[in-house]
Amino acid sequence: MDLFLKFLVAAVAAGTPLLFGTVGEILTEKVGHLNLGVEGMMALGACAGFMAGYATDNLLLAWLAAFAAGLGGALIYAVLTVTFMANQNVAGLTLTIFGVGLSNFFGIYMLGKSESGSLKLPEAVTAQMRSVDIPVLSDLPVVGPLLFQYNPFVYLGIAVALVCAWYLFRTKTGLNVQAIGENPGAADAASIDVTRWKYVNILLGGGICGIGGAYCSMIINGGVWLSDSVGGLGWIAVALVIFAAWKPHMAIWGSLVFGALRVLEYYVPQSMGIPAALYKMLPFLMTALVLVISSMRRSAGSRIPGSLGVNYFREER
Amino acid sequence: MSQTKLHSEPLLRVVKRAERPAGQAAALRAVAVVLSIVAGGVFLLALGQNPLAVYGTMLSGAFRSAMAIQGTVRYAIPLCISALAVTLAFKMKFWNIGGEGQLIMGAVFASYFALYHANLPHVVLLVIMALAGALGGGLWALIPAVCKVRWGTNETLFTLMLNYIALYIVQYLRDGPWRDPESAGFSKVARFDKNVALDKLFGVHIGWVIALVLTVVIWVYLRRTKQGYEIAVVGESQDTARYAGIPVRRVVLRTMFLSGAVAGLCGMVQVAGQDMTLSIGVAGGVGFTAIIVAWLCQLHPGMIALVSLCFGVMEKGSGVVQSDLGLSADCADVLQGVILFFILASEFFVRYAFVARKKGGAR
Repeated sequence: MDLFLKFLVAAVAAGTPLLFGTVGEILTEKVGHLNLGVEGMMALGACAGFMAGYATDNLLLAWLAAFAAGLGGALIYAVLTVTFMANQNVAGLTLTIFGVGLSNFFGIYMLGKSESGSLKLPEAVTAQMRSVDIPVLSDLPVVGPLLFQYNPFVYLGIAVALVCAWYLFRTKTGLNVQAIGENPGAADAASIDVTRWKYVNILLGGGICGIGGAYCSMIINGGVWLSDSVGGLGWIAVALVIFAAWKPHMAIWGSLVFGALRVLEYYVPQSMGIPAALYKMLPFLMTALVLVISSMRRSAGSRIPGSLGVNYFREER
Repeated sequence: MSQTKLHSEPLLRVVKRAERPAGQAAALRAVAVVLSIVAGGVFLLALGQNPLAVYGTMLSGAFRSAMAIQGTVRYAIPLCISALAVTLAFKMKFWNIGGEGQLIMGAVFASYFALYHANLPHVVLLVIMALAGALGGGLWALIPAVCKVRWGTNETLFTLMLNYIALYIVQYLRDGPWRDPESAGFSKVARFDKNVALDKLFGVHIGWVIALVLTVVIWVYLRRTKQGYEIAVVGESQDTARYAGIPVRRVVLRTMFLSGAVAGLCGMVQVAGQDMTLSIGVAGGVGFTAIIVAWLCQLHPGMIALVSLCFGVMEKGSGVVQSDLGLSADCADVLQGVILFFILASEFFVRYAFVARKKGGAR
């Protein structure tokens, strides 16, 4: 039981960066734009968040910097695909290569400038990233460690997911935004400002991805700067969007499942002889199956946004 | 409340223009490349570096010796072959971003023969490996193609997932059935027998000859054959293709198989020419960069060979930048990204134009 509890807690921690990336990508895909730059935006956020935390000793500023960096990457993507109507796959892939490259490049540049040859977050920041300690609640047995002893990123992630779910499914703006993703021509005819909301969603989505990147560089590596800190999590987030059926609240459970798969190999006894590769493969295998099965059934509720991947040009509707 | 507000005509709006003549379009792209190099220079300047020194080191580093040139070509080979592979699918507007996975599966199929039938005569073995590689990549590409024509499964997302599934198949083989029993500690696949090595010509494995031959073959296939024409029509409009009696499904399946097969062949070239073993880094992002190369070249095979070489210069040169100037080799990725950003933006000005609002507002 104790081991299972530890496993769940580890799964939540492993799932949190995925949650940010997934929610950010859901916002983006809901306006019909498939941004394959999640990995790149997370890398930019990882670098900006870490460096801001390093320089200012302030977690909030680190979050803001990560958000701004992710948003900056998304801005390049949005200008290219929304305004210039460039191919979305290519623009997104380029953003990934550019973002990861720039993040690593700048990180190594800063390493070169540091006196000790390594970059470690100061104690002032790591103290702010420790697990929260709420009187009474955190001390409860089982429930305490399960719900009330995470680092602040975890709660921020869940809050962001819930707010985005509310925004997309419970506000008029959100429904308009979804209409853009389904059929931008019809949305335009209904006097919804397609371009504006595409920009708003893509930029917000990029910013949220950026915070997920900061989690990778600031938490996962124990506060020491390493190149490639995102290490492919952005791609898993793209997969998770499908698994979560384009719903931010489902992304919370989805990231828990994917997070569990990422740590499962350390909790299943090795004597069972399950190859490590299988655990790593499962998220992608499951996502591929979901993708194929949902396309076979064409189930209305969980369908992919109708105009995903197709740019909107008013004169061609 | 504000629903009845009339949107006034925007200050600038986008209209389609008569496509610019080829010369103008090429000039525009050249301007974009120059601008991107300038932008990269400004960034270096902001970091307190001398951009001319960095670019100079990059260029000279890629060509400073026979060894360096061979290294540059080695980088260019897989890029060129994979970019040709995705070009086939992209012409059809089938967004195959699974070049990475198809390359890996080609490498896996080819490696089987390299590991277990290494005693076959040299040429026979290599031919079998090439065919196996092509088959592996082709079959891997056929999975999303079948799902696409049967159920309309989104090919971008599906091919993306298959990349990672392929990657972890390699890890499984490395850790399990194909693990080298003689390697203590970390697991790896055994080094191939010398008999497997791709022959060399001018100091580089003949992958470069394969790349050049494929460049010509694919150019001819796309521009001069009936099947190539069918691909183009399906890419322009599936309805038109159907109306013209082109069997769209068959064209999609056939082309995706070919696209995957070329990528798989690239996997064979990598394991037999470059790595001499099967590792999880066999593709190492080449499948993704290849998409950028293909797009940069407007899917033109001849240009792909040329631009792959330029990317090879950047990759090789950036390593020298790292060792000589202490800047990270990641500058190659940054530069490639910036160049493509500018090219993507320039394409807009080839096809569209901004029109300013006339005085007096909307009519």
